[in-house]
Amino acid sequence: MQPSPNTGKRGRTKFIVGGFLILAAVVYLIFSSTQANAQYFMTIDELHAKSASLVGRSLRISGAVVGSSIQFNPNSQNLTFDIANVPGDNATIAAQGGLAKVLHVAVTDPTDRRLSVIYNGPKPDLMRDEAQAIITGHLDTDGVFHADELLLKCPTKYQEAVPSQVSGN
Amino acid sequence: MLAQFGFGVLVLTFLLALFSAGAAISGYFSKSDRWVESSRRALQLTFLLISLSALTLIYMLATGHYEVEYVYSVSSLNMPLYLKITALWGGQAGSLILWSWLMSAFATAVTMRKWERDREFLPWVVAVTAITLAFFLSLSIFFDNPFTRLWQTISGQVSPSMFAPAGSTLYVPSDGQGLNEFLRHPGMIFHPPMLYLGFVGFVIPYAFGIAALVTGRTDDRWIRITRRWTLVAWLFLSIGLVLGMRWAYDVLGWGGYWSWDPVEIAALMPWLAGTPFLHSVIIQEKRGMLKQWNMLLIILTYSLVIFGTFLTRSGVLSSVHAFSESAFSPIFFIFIGLTFAISIGLLIYRWGDLRAEGEMKSLLSREALFLLNNLLFFGILIVCFWGVVFPLISEVVTGQQLTVGPPFYLRATGPLWAALLALMGIAPLSAWGYSTLKTIGRAAWKPSIPTLLVTVVLYVSNVRNWIALLGFTLVSWVIFITLYEFWRGARARQKVQGENFFTAISRLTVRNRRRYGGYIIHLAMVSMALGILGINLYQTQTQQTLAVGQEIQISGYTLRYDSLAQFPYVDGRQVTRAVLSVFKGGELLGELHPRYDVYPDGVSMTIPGIRSTMADDLYVVLVNWENVSVEQTPFKVYHNPLVNWLWIGSAIFVLGYLVAAWPEKEEILSEK
Repeated sequence: MQPSPNTGKRGRTKFIVGGFLILAAVVYLIFSSTQANAQYFMTIDELHAKSASLVGRSLRISGAVVGSSIQFNPNSQNLTFDIANVPGDNATIAAQGGLAKVLHVAVTDPTDRRLSVIYNGPKPDLMRDEAQAIITGHLDTDGVFHADELLLKCPTKYQEAVPSQVSGN
Repeated sequence: MLAQFGFGVLVLTFLLALFSAGAAISGYFSKSDRWVESSRRALQLTFLLISLSALTLIYMLATGHYEVEYVYSVSSLNMPLYLKITALWGGQAGSLILWSWLMSAFATAVTMRKWERDREFLPWVVAVTAITLAFFLSLSIFFDNPFTRLWQTISGQVSPSMFAPAGSTLYVPSDGQGLNEFLRHPGMIFHPPMLYLGFVGFVIPYAFGIAALVTGRTDDRWIRITRRWTLVAWLFLSIGLVLGMRWAYDVLGWGGYWSWDPVEIAALMPWLAGTPFLHSVIIQEKRGMLKQWNMLLIILTYSLVIFGTFLTRSGVLSSVHAFSESAFSPIFFIFIGLTFAISIGLLIYRWGDLRAEGEMKSLLSREALFLLNNLLFFGILIVCFWGVVFPLISEVVTGQQLTVGPPFYLRATGPLWAALLALMGIAPLSAWGYSTLKTIGRAAWKPSIPTLLVTVVLYVSNVRNWIALLGFTLVSWVIFITLYEFWRGARARQKVQGENFFTAISRLTVRNRRRYGGYIIHLAMVSMALGILGINLYQTQTQQTLAVGQEIQISGYTLRYDSLAQFPYVDGRQVTRAVLSVFKGGELLGELHPRYDVYPDGVSMTIPGIRSTMADDLYVVLVNWENVSVEQTPFKVYHNPLVNWLWIGSAIFVLGYLVAAWPEKEEILSEK
């Protein structure tokens, strides 16, 4: 096992080349996959501002579910609902009193911009009034968002644990 | 009183952990064994104290002290006792206490070992574990205190605070909100503690690694001491991950088990660093190589453990995992940054001492293939890390947030997983030091024949998806090679010892526990790969709205909708349940009972009806719809081929682990 200087050097080159090939493969996989699959993550206001240029592109949108708009059609099994604009930035959300508050304000404020969404599939359990929806899909020319994937969060259960106003005692 | 008591004890624990770290470090520098001993005792005492604090919280959860905000938010009168107890980790503040509790338990256990031969490591192992513990305790004390109580002012305003604000009285709600319904599932009860055990378990080898760097005792002693700790951590982390997947499959009702959610990835990343560590320490023990790399891996694993805890506990990334927003982000970043920088600094300082004792020569030698395994895992880790931070980076660079979803991860990690499978086949056949294609080919040709046969049979039976063909070929290759390795070893023993085949196999395994236990774990991994390939490539689904008596056809099965029932359950939830009969080829196979429950607070939960066999799962969802009736009932049905092998694989995994980690007789003797 005594490496002669000659074989040692050749051996090392072999390993360095091999290592670079793997590194190059990983870098290639990351960049090509990112390019093929990156989606804009935007708020409804941002979407509205550039909607024309984004028709048909893969997008991810965050918003507050408007409970009264949720409808399920048993024949087509299409789920339709509206989501209201919420800010995308965590700092802004925190400044406005936390996610639960922001979602509540978005849904109750009629001036808040809304987006109609259609999704083919069952209603997820977390889909209810003032839940945060993160939807992936594309915008159609008629302004309706066709979602392929729904992610829902209900911050109320965890964060707004404390009743802020208690009456009667 | 109880809340103050619990909090007071928590503060004491924190101070004691700080003292322990300080005493250990000053003891090391002043070469005072008394200070080091004192630091060790202090660390052991933290376990008693934090146990007292955690038990106080559990007691309040169980007895309904709803004046405590945390108890109010996760416990309620109608919950069964076991749920009230496990509500300790049903929310963020309690989970942190559990983290510290387990950390303290591991730290205490490690100080109990016999230290005679390794006295110089002790102060630094104590210091590192105590500092980690103190960090998590400080989060509980300063940012997310589970003992905070509710206070009411005269005007009726209720707010949480540890101590009474001026002019307010204690507010005691008559009942709590109760644990989130989604968390009331056996998978969710065991998933967090298992994951946390895995997380804190990796702190121990890291602490020894740092001790080795500081003291300059950089031989493989630290690795030999921590071998079993690392294995335990790895086992718990793996079980924790699988339990989370099983929970998602059983409860979330979307037909899958893994959604490449940032929080899932956060838990996977320490595993992706810990698994190659587990492999490459073997190279250090056997060949004295990869020492710098092993240090780097354990430092990374530790940082990823902290980072993982941080991701699940902060609002940085959007995720389905609900508990998130909180104020700790900067503190976490500072802690991760500091510990990482100091560790890497130490590593650079000792870089020269950690040079390899030998040199790798042959690209196909066992050690080179282990290195390749490490690089592939590392590649997957980088892909995952990139996917998680990409939204943040893109926002900084372009001003617009970009994200990547499951297709990104599947495409980028797929070839790397496939390469790992191939490696699992080749590596056991290669020799230490020197191998060529010829020597490996000589060992591999026999098990390659049945593999080829499998490929041909698949092709003839119309499997034409090349990913499936490649995947199934690799899976069967690893299985045949591994079985062949067992057979070859047993045959050799048979010849020499004259034992019968089964005695030979069991003796062989017992004599080389780590090697053959590792092979069993490889079989577990390909079993899991089989399940993952099956559900990812061949899942089919259909959604239809039926009247009673109508049928759904899917993948050769016929599901007949028999009846619908709606009734209240004792705990107040309203259950809607359908009964479907499953037929295949006209033969009745059984019934499925998909249902959804609506709780009094409006939360609904869909529980799929699942029929599992070795070949496939039928997964039926009764769609939650307010107008459901016997004339109109919407269903969604998934056919998930082979997915059961994912869960079978995890059982084989535990078996392989037990074989690999069971203490050897000689080892028990030598430890004494």
